[in-house]
Amino acid sequence: MSRSGSGQTDPSRGPYIAVITNRSTTLVIRGFMLFSIGVFLALVLNLLQVQRNVTLFPPDVISSIFSSAWWVPPCCGTASAIIGLLYPCIDCRLGEPHKFKREWSSVMRCVAVFVGINHASAKVDFANNVQLSLTLAALSIGLWWTFDRSRSGFGLGVVIALLATLSTQLLVYNGVFQYTSPDFLYIRSWLPCIFFAGVITMGNIGRQLALYECKLMSEKTHQD
Amino acid sequence: MTVRERLREKISAAFYRHGLLCASYPVPIILFTSASILACCYPLLRLPLPGTGPVEFTTRVRDYTVPSHEPQGDLGEQPDWYRGPPVAYIQPVLVKAAVSPWDSTLVPVDVFRSPLGRVFSLLEEIRNHVHDDGSGIRSLEALCLQVTDLLPGLRRMQRVLPEHGCLLVSPGNYWQNQRELFDSDPDLLKTVHQHEPKGLHTSATLRDLLFGVPVKHTGVSLYSRKRVVTYTITMVLGSYDARFLSSLRARLRQLHPSVNCSLREDHMVHVHFKEEIGMAELIPLVTTYIILFAYIYFSTRKIDMVKSKWGLALAAVVTVLSSLLMSVGLCTLFGLTPTLNGGEIFPYLVVVIGLENVLVLTKSVVSTPVDLEVKLRIAQGLSNESWSIMKNMATELCIILIGYFTLVPAIQEFCLFAVVGLVSDFFLQMFFFTTVLSIDIRRMELADLNRRLPAEAGMPLPKPGPLRPREAPPPPRPSPHTITLQTPAFRNLRLPKRLRVVYFLARTRLAQRFIMVGTVIWIGILAYTDPAGLRTYLAAQVSEQSPLGDGGAGGLPPHLGVAPVFPGPGGDPVGTLSVLPAPAEPTPLPENQSQGHHGAPGEGVPLVPQISWGAEDEEGWRRLSFRHWPSLFSYYNITLAKRYISILPVIPITLHLSPREAIETRHPQDTRHPPPPSLKTNDLPADLTLYKVAALGLAAGVLLVLLLFCLYRVLCSRNYGQNGVAHGRRRRGDLPCDDYGYSPPISEISPLLLCGHSMDIECLASDGMLLASCCLAGQIRVWDTQTGDCLTVIPKHGLRRSSSSGCWEQRDGWDAVGVAEPENLGGGTEPGGGVFDEGEGYPLRRRTTPRPALFENQPDLTPLIDTNFDSQPPSHLLLTPPRDGFDFGGLVEKAYLEHEPPSPGLTASYPSPLSGPPPQRRRSLGYIQPPAPQGQETPDWESAVWAMELRGNLIAAGRSNGKLELWDAVEGSLRCSNEDGVSGITALAFLNNRIVAARLDGSLDFFTVDINKPLGLLQYRGPPGRSNMPPSPCYSSEDVISCQLTRSVQCAHQKPITVLRAAAGRVVTGSQDHTVRVYRLEDSCCLFTLQGHSGGITAIYIDQTMVLASGGQDGAICLWDVLTGSRVSHVYGHRGDVTSLVCTTSCVISSGLDDLICIWDRSTGIKLYSIQQEVGCGASLGVISESLLVTGGQGCVSFWDLNFGDLLQTVYLGQSSDGQGVRQLVVLNNAAIVCDFGSELSLVYVPSVLEKLD
Repeated sequence: MSRSGSGQTDPSRGPYIAVITNRSTTLVIRGFMLFSIGVFLALVLNLLQVQRNVTLFPPDVISSIFSSAWWVPPCCGTASAIIGLLYPCIDCRLGEPHKFKREWSSVMRCVAVFVGINHASAKVDFANNVQLSLTLAALSIGLWWTFDRSRSGFGLGVVIALLATLSTQLLVYNGVFQYTSPDFLYIRSWLPCIFFAGVITMGNIGRQLALYECKLMSEKTHQD
Repeated sequence: MTVRERLREKISAAFYRHGLLCASYPVPIILFTSASILACCYPLLRLPLPGTGPVEFTTRVRDYTVPSHEPQGDLGEQPDWYRGPPVAYIQPVLVKAAVSPWDSTLVPVDVFRSPLGRVFSLLEEIRNHVHDDGSGIRSLEALCLQVTDLLPGLRRMQRVLPEHGCLLVSPGNYWQNQRELFDSDPDLLKTVHQHEPKGLHTSATLRDLLFGVPVKHTGVSLYSRKRVVTYTITMVLGSYDARFLSSLRARLRQLHPSVNCSLREDHMVHVHFKEEIGMAELIPLVTTYIILFAYIYFSTRKIDMVKSKWGLALAAVVTVLSSLLMSVGLCTLFGLTPTLNGGEIFPYLVVVIGLENVLVLTKSVVSTPVDLEVKLRIAQGLSNESWSIMKNMATELCIILIGYFTLVPAIQEFCLFAVVGLVSDFFLQMFFFTTVLSIDIRRMELADLNRRLPAEAGMPLPKPGPLRPREAPPPPRPSPHTITLQTPAFRNLRLPKRLRVVYFLARTRLAQRFIMVGTVIWIGILAYTDPAGLRTYLAAQVSEQSPLGDGGAGGLPPHLGVAPVFPGPGGDPVGTLSVLPAPAEPTPLPENQSQGHHGAPGEGVPLVPQISWGAEDEEGWRRLSFRHWPSLFSYYNITLAKRYISILPVIPITLHLSPREAIETRHPQDTRHPPPPSLKTNDLPADLTLYKVAALGLAAGVLLVLLLFCLYRVLCSRNYGQNGVAHGRRRRGDLPCDDYGYSPPISEISPLLLCGHSMDIECLASDGMLLASCCLAGQIRVWDTQTGDCLTVIPKHGLRRSSSSGCWEQRDGWDAVGVAEPENLGGGTEPGGGVFDEGEGYPLRRRTTPRPALFENQPDLTPLIDTNFDSQPPSHLLLTPPRDGFDFGGLVEKAYLEHEPPSPGLTASYPSPLSGPPPQRRRSLGYIQPPAPQGQETPDWESAVWAMELRGNLIAAGRSNGKLELWDAVEGSLRCSNEDGVSGITALAFLNNRIVAARLDGSLDFFTVDINKPLGLLQYRGPPGRSNMPPSPCYSSEDVISCQLTRSVQCAHQKPITVLRAAAGRVVTGSQDHTVRVYRLEDSCCLFTLQGHSGGITAIYIDQTMVLASGGQDGAICLWDVLTGSRVSHVYGHRGDVTSLVCTTSCVISSGLDDLICIWDRSTGIKLYSIQQEVGCGASLGVISESLLVTGGQGCVSFWDLNFGDLLQTVYLGQSSDGQGVRQLVVLNNAAIVCDFGSELSLVYVPSVLEKLD
């Protein structure tokens, strides 16, 4: 436990540790938290993409929140849970624990930048799609550089972004849904960038959660 | 030296100088910074305040042309949105119709049925109007705004609103613009009402849309008093054709002339609508703000080790926010107008600029050495972090510059803001935040200084809180031992977090202030944007109540700044605009007039409804909701956001209908409506609304009260009125509530000082009734714990240096206060020495009993200055030179020997001191001299007492030369001595009749005390006045006590034994060889060797319940099971040695060298909480009851509530407590505590606990 932590431990933490006893429970809790974060972000970011038509509250405002297909948020949630659990696991396997900016404020900053990237892609009018894609790619790399800076994070991000783009493309081919305007090789070229930024963000959150759990675990081992 | 290093050095030096500057002149720098912030924000005043209300612009009708898209230079006051054609032109046709004269045969429905019926003919007229001026035939169909489908969600409006054609809205839409449907409608009001939404509605309703006037002005009601029906036919035109419109206007005026209407028709109003934030945009926006707040929260939470966390967090947020404002202001100043939505990009800007630098600065400054001057600390902290700050800033600037070259306008603008924001943020960090930080650090140092001044701290807190009415005037000057709570800054309250938040909110009244400020801002914005048309309403009210009467009849209508009207009424627009010859003074229909005149006025009810045209009709649309037009257009999927519409001057139409016509158009069912029973029912609907609102408000209030009650129950975990004990204690002012508005009365507990020792106290031992103390000078005193009287002083034959003569003087029985004469002890004011010391040659008149507390604040110099000159030979008064001292000493000794009566108890075992070397030098400093060769039973004054134990009336003292002595505590006689060991006794345990001594060489000796009872056991020969039975068996003075070494464990430990504790038949030793050993007391057999510490053992606790806890130099605390020898738990709690350990039934309390007191759960080993104490104290601990912990501090002892970690009380032991730490603390059975306080002992009773024990 950190220095400040030892000075300010509140009594309520005691039973909290006692509740969380074994590893699997914490894993499930972590996964659930990541899942809900993913669902929430998916809903909000989807709403960002919905183009505004009317100024007045349309009567079906609630339905516009769920304007996309019902399976999109759960998919995003599952994916984010997997990514968020995978990142600390890979850090552990590679034996290079992530030490860069492990603080909640940094994580919050990362999430805010991610939302900002989505915002920019939805709201800002770009001259052409190449510009949009390049800008987003630069922003995503900047996000990685600012908040992650680990090789494993970069590699995993690229791989998952490519996989996700591929699977989306397969879905499109099967006619599950359509792009409004495919621009580059029949895909939206900004999609991989968004995926990459999302992977980095979720990985950051997952690592932070895992760090919290590590703290608890180390405390437990101290007690044993 | 590379360039980089040189640069780094330069930057560091610059930052250092800057830090010195900031810390030296905080106030001027803060003033300068505030001034620059305000100066940079000044251009913001010119920006429009954010609001969603529409903006108006008025132009003349006559020379109106559609504005072009390009801005055409400076065109007066043209707003920048006035470009390009509007979305639509609105041409309202305002119809006022009345049946006149009113006939008593008419039913209420007649008020509006026939007037509404005329809308169809009017519509027909408008639709069929064709204007032909040679250049082409224009009709409404060609000019109007063609609309398509309604939005899919509006199916229910499909029958009412027009689709696929002209957007022409009128009340006729209710009946699909078909006269037949209208005529066959049995209940018009029901038709109108069925489209109204249920419940409350704030924006435009369908009724407003179709009627074009607010509901209460339509007059379509059964209870209308004025009997004038008003409605609007709204034409929405896609393109503007002045000639068509004027011909239509003339035609309508000709058909339906308005007599007294002089509405101005010369200007049109352009209404610009701002972007509205819909729910769909609101959710992402709210999300970003939530993330932003989480970021700020997590960032500012890291601010630590400062005086005021909240203050610094606020300063950090202010720094970032004002840097943003500065950036916007600067950008505006240099001509860049922000086009981005400020609310949307704001969180991203904050995140980009970030709070990191501020936190890094704070951390760096607080981690500088505390003993430095504030200026230097600031400067050092700044220069330490200068390089990383500059590097980060350069990186961020680079990233933003890259963003600038994306050449996307929005991103460029964002980047520009961010760059300016970053620079101004840096400026503010360097000047504003650093200065605030220096002020904070200085305040902290001041607080530290105050803490070192206990005379001030001991005074009652002069802080007047708003909730602290002082019932009694403050005591004039408290006696030095009064107990007050420390000031809040000095205390380390361990309240639960939620309570602290609530207390903070309550203390600062933050919520109320927020609500107040928010309300004021909201009202201001409301008044600024005027969404409800309040000003229009006010203007109308004023014009109606104008004493000059015909405000609308002519002249300038008294607008209250509704819209920028052109000065002067202008020319007559009708004549210039009319194509068809329109009569300038339209002749009213003669029949109407004649009917109006010959109608006999009835009683109170106007028989001829007056149709008047006022100024409020001129722009009747102002009375509608400001969402009226956006909602109308939104039904057709047309947004008005950031666009404008042009509203053309209204066309007034007056309709007078004859009663005959009204009766003809009547529906058969209309007559079933009863006439209004009385006029009072007119107000009924309004009243009903009022009642509804009142009922709703009441329900909401009740709900709020319930909610607050639940909240209170949740937050307030302590039951104030239910637990009797807690309540009583709280009443006595023991619990800390002063911080939050409760002022505890000053308690009357005062510590009892036991004076007598000349040196610092080294050992303390107690068995509950008696208390033995030993000072560095080797003197052992026995005290009564009930009264604080000194019973015995052990070195009866001590040598003492007389400071007046400078010679060595052998003092016989000084302070030997007879135990047999208790009445001499009770008062404590009478010198009692001479009464019973007759047998001795030198009756000493020394007061040894504790004096009243009044005089205890004087430094006790009595042991040093012997004022008993009468007890000395007269030659002493002559101030003989020092070299004579020995002679005198010999003299005195001789005299003493002659006069000393042989004491019966001492004869056997106590030879005269002369058997040793005659006058032995005793150093007052008490350092150990090599032991002189002495007799077998000679008390050894040369070696220091290292350990002492007290059981019954026997004092076991272990000396540094390995001797173990047993003294009679009451009589002060040496009962036996054992010199089997040579190595110094470091620790002693005295249990039953066994004594265990731990020695410096790591060996452990077990002694047995044998008593040969000539008279019988348990015959306590104590003074009759105080014959309380001690808990342990006593040894009568007649007993022959022998102490025999039964077993010696030679190598119990490899290294010196540091701790020895015995309880429950076990002896536990801790040594510097990292192990703990457990021995059985009976057979001195080693049961377990407990290993687990990685440092020497410094503290051990064992009690009757066989709980064993040990703490070591590694800061670890282990809990062991004594029965099995297994480790129960192992926790790390301290940085440095664990100095003291105490257990209660539920928790373990440890204190360490890091001045931290940790409270652990005993069963789980989880740390419950910790208390950070002041530097240099906290080594001594004691538990008085299950929930009361007492700790020693600098000149004070503090009482803590173990359940909550609250500081209950701090008792100051003396007036000046500097440097005098409480090192030992013994809790007695009668809920008193004894602690050493320099050379004095302090006895503190805890009355509340006594109460509890009763």
